Amino acid sequence: MTLEILKVGIVSCSGEAIPGGTISRIASRKVLDELRPDATVTICLPLFIAGGQEERDFAATYPTITVDGCEKRCAQKSTEKLSGKPSKSLLIPEILEKQGIEKPTSLRRLKPEEKVAVKVVAEAIARAVDEILEG
Amino acid sequence: MKSTPRKVVVLPCSGIGKTYGALARETTYELVDRVRPGIVVTACLALLVIEDPEADQLIKSHPVITIDGCPKGCARKSVEARGVTPARTYQAINFYKAHKELKPDGIAELNAAGLKLAAVAADELAQVVDELAAGKEES
Repeated sequence: MTLEILKVGIVSCSGEAIPGGTISRIASRKVLDELRPDATVTICLPLFIAGGQEERDFAATYPTITVDGCEKRCAQKSTEKLSGKPSKSLLIPEILEKQGIEKPTSLRRLKPEEKVAVKVVAEAIARAVDEILEG
Repeated sequence: MKSTPRKVVVLPCSGIGKTYGALARETTYELVDRVRPGIVVTACLALLVIEDPEADQLIKSHPVITIDGCPKGCARKSVEARGVTPARTYQAINFYKAHKELKPDGIAELNAAGLKLAAVAADELAQVVDELAAGKEES
């Protein structure tokens, strides 16, 4: 018998102090709300510390994609340390570099020309979701 | 001679699923950018989760205000988990309870009422920031 994977978990770094965190948060929401709404769930990253066992079991319950805005990789490291090994770990600077897209510099409100970064990162997350679901 | 005010660290929760998480974040940005630039600083909350030494140093050497978006209190608990007691703790929903004419909505981006509420809340927190910056820790 094989278990069907119903949902993929997305853990965004959501870093409040870096533009990459803003991209991570908005792109993750785009996947959750628009691109793969029926196939994805999320959790606020600090719940790994502030929450209970149910929250810490997140990466054991769902195959998980971490989305980090900078090289510190808080989402990946937190998930590995407190919840479980992520199925995939995405790093926004790497995604943007591969696509030849300049890194956004806005923290609060992205300029129109920076919104392409959200689109590209959201599409990369959605592709990763599909790859997990397709096994 | 006037002493140089201390920096005050304001940490919103990293809420990605709720409107009040977005309100907490936007209120913080209002404080950092408009209300008390140069005094209020913030940091990625996730850095506390990975026990980043620089983030640790920041919250251990400055007064900390946490603003949480839900009762789970991630911002407050993340600071406490590093052995620091926040100087002040807030729940963003109380900003709305005090200004019911401004109903926030949206997660990735707040609606106009939510943005206005964040600005109002930040203005109201200015006095607390000033007290902490002046070294008055008692609530």
